[in-house]
Amino acid sequence: MSELKEELKSKIIEQLNLEDVSVGEIADDDALFGDGLGLDSIDALELIVMLDKDYGIRLSDPKEGRKIFESVQVMADYIQEHRTK
Amino acid sequence: MFRSESEDFPEFAKSAYRFMDTSYPKFFKMDNLSKLAFLASEILLTEEILGENENNIALVFSNSASSHDTDRKHQKSIEDENGFFPSPAVFVYTLPNICLGEISIRHKLYSENSFFIFARFSAAHLELYANNLLRNGKAEKVLSGWVNFDDNTYESFLYLVEDEGEIVHNTEEINRLYNIL
Repeated sequence: MSELKEELKSKIIEQLNLEDVSVGEIADDDALFGDGLGLDSIDALELIVMLDKDYGIRLSDPKEGRKIFESVQVMADYIQEHRTK
Repeated sequence: MFRSESEDFPEFAKSAYRFMDTSYPKFFKMDNLSKLAFLASEILLTEEILGENENNIALVFSNSASSHDTDRKHQKSIEDENGFFPSPAVFVYTLPNICLGEISIRHKLYSENSFFIFARFSAAHLELYANNLLRNGKAEKVLSGWVNFDDNTYESFLYLVEDEGEIVHNTEEINRLYNIL
């Protein structure tokens, strides 16, 4: 699980072009949106694509993302349970 | 003002951004055309040049490559039926005028903006359009010019037009300045 969380942090930084953020600066429970990392709606769509591409998880309702992308911890829990690759 | 030996635009853009000491993380999410337009406009749209609370500045840009650089990236991501993963962050930049939106957001401009696609730089059209905006009171100033990016070949030429400018705003002068590049 710890490995998956580190992997997610790296992917978030790389795919969302968070140039001034390092893996060590993202705590497992940090909010990804709002006051946390400050991600926006396009970032949320990128994360939905990432779930599909890298973990074989297709969200049927984009609104599900709001809960799943709350933090790296919540994302990792969800991926662990639902991944198909 | 700034020189870099890097032949790779993203690297050059990052160095220029750092050199300008700008703090705007959204910059790193932009496509190449928007980065180029953003960097060029940052030089002109400063408080020193514009004064405080100046936001009635129209944007009139042009180029020949439209958003082809980003269009191609998007096309590549949807070519393979078995690997169909278009990136929303790339897709949103598949229009050239998005760079105008980025500049408007950055400088809180609620002004007129237009992006024209020409086969080549057209000083006459830009002059006419900027003059119309100023004459009809649609803007107090016009940031105008050419921002072109295609396949790591790029060119940016922007100038600010206002009633009290130092250089006469006519086709000859615009072409003269453009050809200094």
